[in-house]
Amino acid sequence: MSLIEITDVRKSFGQTEVLKGIDLDVKPGEVIAVIGKSGSGKSTLLRCINGLETIDGGSISVAGAQLLPDEAHLKALRLKVGMIFQQFNLFPHLTAGGNVILSQTVVKKTPKREAEAMARKMLERVGLAEKFDAYPDELSGGQQQRVAIARALAMQPIALLCDEVTSALDPELVAEVLAVVRELAAEGMTLLMVTHEMKFARDVCSRVVFMHQGRVHEIGRPEEVFARPKTPELRQFLGVQ
Amino acid sequence: MIEFTIWDILRNLLLAARWTVVLSLVSFLGGGIVGALLLFLRIGGNRLSTAFTKYYVEFFQGTPLLMQLFLAFFGLGLFGINVPAWLAAGIALILWTAAFLTEIWRGSVESVVRGQWEASASLGMGYVQQMRYVILPQALTVAIPPTVGFSVQVVKGTALTSIIGFVELSKAGTVVTNATFQPFTVYGLVALIYFALCWPLSKSSQILERKLNVAHRNH
Amino acid sequence: MTYAFSFSWLAEYYPVLLKGILITIELIVVGGLFGVALGTACAWARALGPAWLKPLVSAYVELIRNTPFLIQLFFIFFGLPSLGVRLTELEAANLAMVVNLGAYSCEIVRAGLQATPRGQFEAGASLAMSPIQTFRYIVLVPAFQRIWPALSSQVVIVMLGSAVVSQIAAEDLTFAANFIQSRSFRAFEAYFVTTAIYLALAILLRQVLAGIGAMIFPRRPAR
Ligand SMILES: Nc1ncnc2c1ncn2[C@@H]1O[C@H](COP(=O)(O)OP(=O)(O)OP(=O)(O)O)[C@@H](O)[C@H]1O
Ligand SMILES: [Mg+2]
Repeated sequence: MSLIEITDVRKSFGQTEVLKGIDLDVKPGEVIAVIGKSGSGKSTLLRCINGLETIDGGSISVAGAQLLPDEAHLKALRLKVGMIFQQFNLFPHLTAGGNVILSQTVVKKTPKREAEAMARKMLERVGLAEKFDAYPDELSGGQQQRVAIARALAMQPIALLCDEVTSALDPELVAEVLAVVRELAAEGMTLLMVTHEMKFARDVCSRVVFMHQGRVHEIGRPEEVFARPKTPELRQFLGVQ
Repeated sequence: MIEFTIWDILRNLLLAARWTVVLSLVSFLGGGIVGALLLFLRIGGNRLSTAFTKYYVEFFQGTPLLMQLFLAFFGLGLFGINVPAWLAAGIALILWTAAFLTEIWRGSVESVVRGQWEASASLGMGYVQQMRYVILPQALTVAIPPTVGFSVQVVKGTALTSIIGFVELSKAGTVVTNATFQPFTVYGLVALIYFALCWPLSKSSQILERKLNVAHRNH
Repeated sequence: MTYAFSFSWLAEYYPVLLKGILITIELIVVGGLFGVALGTACAWARALGPAWLKPLVSAYVELIRNTPFLIQLFFIFFGLPSLGVRLTELEAANLAMVVNLGAYSCEIVRAGLQATPRGQFEAGASLAMSPIQTFRYIVLVPAFQRIWPALSSQVVIVMLGSAVVSQIAAEDLTFAANFIQSRSFRAFEAYFVTTAIYLALAILLRQVLAGIGAMIFPRRPAR
């Protein structure tokens, strides 16, 4: 059974249709890389799955539950699916620990002590146990992104959406974040990630989705997609003739 | 003619300045409460309440405070009550202060970047929780310096209530001038007393602003 | 409430209102031009002027910004004659507005100057321009473009503040309202109409200033 079922999803901003009927099924434990040119709709797709954009047509369901745009359904969905942003979006007025604790206590009503224990565990998992009391602006970009991952993990989601999580990072900090993601994949977390790290996609992902002009243009196992691209658009994108 | 020493003048002015302080406090606190209500109507409300607060702000920021005082004074008078000056002054100043504070605070809320809304939404928070735990705490730090800064405008604004007959520092200045025929000294002293009230507020606003900017870069 | 509103007095008194409007406009034109000029001069003095001038300018700016306009006006009109400076009501009102706006615009212009990248001054110097030339030809226009919105709001604020010049019997729009209400006994209506006129003037002034801004700074992005 699929964990995330995306059927004929359409999304327009004003006159321009950005998603023109997306179909995609994600099975539990799958790690999917979404690649494509700038403006092809990758971010929009992820944001729709998290309910940050409302869709204009089609349907999205997660673990059997339909995505509907009211607060109760959205909350239920977001408890199942976490999201990591390109710009980290840590809460600047809270420490790393506070960032990880907050949503547990206010959304899940986890008692403070448990939430704190969970926060410590998750920060340790991303290798930042000692940064519990540090504020976001005392952390490097790579550390901030790892805190953001810990924050999402603390909600115990069944899947994570990652939108170019290393694009805002200095090159030397990319590896530490990718290592964390790689570990999550190895532990069986379902991941849907937009990425420009082709080598990472090839090594870690079970499937690669190539988006082009609002459609899934090509999809397949990384060996196939990277070694034998079928369409001229993908060939051009990958820079192979 | 009786001789007035500087000390006589100053004592009378200082006594009246108490009312300037009281009226400033009332206006600022009352305006803060009304302003907060307006803020929630503006950002959390529907189309109608948003439009209402917009026109409210436009009216109070687009017309002279003196006119607002006159309208309050004579408008309340239409209801047949003999309106005491302090009441008209208090009401007008509270409504006027509220308009400015609500704009300052709206700006602060809007200065919180969109990513904060999205991140908190993606963690499953509802609107009220986002506001309460993520947006307002950040908006608050941004809002404090300009809010303190605006209190200076409130203190200065109270001077206009002398025109509808409320006896505070400015009115006392006129009364004392008429008794002493020393306008230069009296209005000079009045100005200095206002300065003594306002300058610390201005300075603390600047200092807070600088601290905030530093805090932004480095906690 | 049994009060019956009446605006029939308008027919008789509209010339008084018109005259008041003209004087209020005169006040803001004079106050705006000379006030901003004074503020710019002060900002220059504070940024690049001689050392002895800086504390004087600071004192002026702080003093004006931390006292009510009404008191500044009274001081100029009632107080200055003891120093032998005797002004008519309108002169005093004009002077008070220039002095008041001068202090506020000094702060605004200064902020605009401070946002000027250091490199601009250095570039000017490297082209053998004097500091004043650099200020005039390189720094000033971008700085003004940056602060034009803030300056415009301050001019509108000062225009609305000008209502108090009626208190020294300068015959502005508020003076007209006071006059009308004392004759027609229609206080609320008189102030209601006057308030509406002020609102219209404020909206108009904002648009005029935006138009002027668009004219002097033709579609160059502010830096
Ligand atoms: N809020 C919005 N309003 C209007 N247009 C939008 C909005 N968000 C995205 N778009 C448009 O939708 C299209 C797809 O955007 P999207 O961010 O999904 O692209 P992307 O594939 O993630 O690109 P990139 O690799 O640059 O992140 C773009 O043309 C973009 O301009
Ligand atoms: Mg994107």
